[in-house]
Amino acid sequence: MAELTETGQRTLRSSGGGPSSDGPPLAQGLFSWYRRNNRLGDLSAAAVLVGPALLILGVFTVWPIVYSGYLALVEWDGLSADRPFVWFDNFARLWDSGELPTSIKVTLLYTVAVAVGSVAIGLAVALMIDRVTRGRTWYRAVYFLPAVTATVAVSVVWRLLLDPGSGYVNVALREVGIQGPNWLRSTTWALPAVIGVGIWKHLGFNVVVFLAGLQAIPKDVFEASAVDGAGEWKTIRSILLPLLAPITLLLLIMGVINGFLVFDQVFILTEGGPLGTTDVLGLLLYRHAFRFFDLGGAAAVGWVMFGLVASITLVQWRVYGAGARGVGS
Amino acid sequence: MRVAYRQPTLHLLLLVGAFLILLPLLWMLTTSLKSPGDVHIPPYLIPVTFDWSNYSRAFAADDFPRFYVNSAVMTGGIVAGQVLLSSAAGYAFARLRFPGRGLLFGLVLATMMMPVYVTLVPSYLIVRTLGWLDSYTGLIVPRLVSPFGIFLMRQYYLSLSSDFEEAAMIDGASRLRVWWSVALPMSVPALATIGIFAFLFSWNDLLWPLIITTDPDLRTVQLGLAMFSGRYGTQWTLLAAGSLVATLPAIIAYLVGQRWLVRGIALGAGR
Repeated sequence: MAELTETGQRTLRSSGGGPSSDGPPLAQGLFSWYRRNNRLGDLSAAAVLVGPALLILGVFTVWPIVYSGYLALVEWDGLSADRPFVWFDNFARLWDSGELPTSIKVTLLYTVAVAVGSVAIGLAVALMIDRVTRGRTWYRAVYFLPAVTATVAVSVVWRLLLDPGSGYVNVALREVGIQGPNWLRSTTWALPAVIGVGIWKHLGFNVVVFLAGLQAIPKDVFEASAVDGAGEWKTIRSILLPLLAPITLLLLIMGVINGFLVFDQVFILTEGGPLGTTDVLGLLLYRHAFRFFDLGGAAAVGWVMFGLVASITLVQWRVYGAGARGVGS
Repeated sequence: MRVAYRQPTLHLLLLVGAFLILLPLLWMLTTSLKSPGDVHIPPYLIPVTFDWSNYSRAFAADDFPRFYVNSAVMTGGIVAGQVLLSSAAGYAFARLRFPGRGLLFGLVLATMMMPVYVTLVPSYLIVRTLGWLDSYTGLIVPRLVSPFGIFLMRQYYLSLSSDFEEAAMIDGASRLRVWWSVALPMSVPALATIGIFAFLFSWNDLLWPLIITTDPDLRTVQLGLAMFSGRYGTQWTLLAAGSLVATLPAIIAYLVGQRWLVRGIALGAGR
């Protein structure tokens, strides 16, 4: 390592430039700090390598977080010079108008249904794919396809499929003698329809993760179980499911977090209607910010969403131990 | 083996499921090739007529070629930026020693937990202040950095041996040079993962283009399709053609990059 340090320092010196060592004490102090920290040229290289990313994150993520905290406490239309502090009135106003409670309820219903539905079906599909001897890659690719298709495009298609008269869904239902509802315009059926599209879209992600988890389980576990005379169901129930429990939980948490943030498909399918029965928080925020120019209210909704995501993340940390995954150097 | 006789049943169930999964996509393809008069005559799911004019009519009804260019520029910029900046920052966090490294990396990770909605309105205001509304800059620059990508690349570089880099430094290469000529080429597989995620994210995104642009000339494909479906809601063949065109690049990217995508999901369930 000695040569390495030498080389690095030589590189630095030969590269010239840099601040001069003459001048006032502060500059000298800075320079010696720089030199001390710039062994091997690390500090200057780090500035070049991390600087741009941190600048963009700072301007478009970190500063907006602070800014958003301020916005949530003022009343502002985005243009007028007057931005009176209203403290928590933005939250209170949205709560009292009934919009916020409705949106929270709708978002939670959507989220829990899609997370549980897509994890349960995803597990079943993954168990089946894991057991077939041929065509695994093909099945995985097909089931994952909806997850990569553009949400706008497939939502447009689903809107046509759910058309009350000539949509494919109701035509199929009529074949078996059921008169299907006007899915997206019904206060009863709009949310289930949106949930159905959500499950269709997110199922494949869970399938892929479950399959990866199943592949990590050593096969002799099954053989041992088979030798013991356990039936297939018993093997699944008493061996596979406990082994898959951590993945299941992780997928549920991820599904819940993603569900809280749903926007595109509801925007296309129902725009929150009818009568707010599909008015998720993302739509509520969008409407207040960019239709009503109620920036304070929109920021308040953003913080409610943060609260929901943060509480789930805390649950995740509780379960996995804080900092066990990801956080920490 | 007791599993053997179950195979037909499993395949039957899986095929029914696969059919349901593919149904909307098949319907989209078939409808886009029907003549407008036949559209409500079900239930062909496999194209039997091939009326390609829907595509030209959809393209003529709205400026889809223009939307395509906009989406391509935006996606290209974001993919290139996220790949390069993730590698650069990930490398620095993994290999370089500088004051505040742990703190800054913690900050990067912390931003991963922040839902975009918290920063949506302020980001819009900042873009407006910078004069970037209705511009490629406004569509691209705020989304050039992926904290998840930085995290992934840092882990990747930590898992690589630094022998090659040390050899290069002994030969007199600077740290930057080592990153560019040694570390970057060695991390192509991980960068492919970040690239495919960035591609799918930006090609499919609706919300940011929706709020940042009002000029029809700057609409992306997804935004253009959303607006298009509002105006031509009854013209099913055109809508199907437009939807197919809007999602085709994502499907192709998926088929090409499936390996890296699946790996990325396994690594961190890609956010």
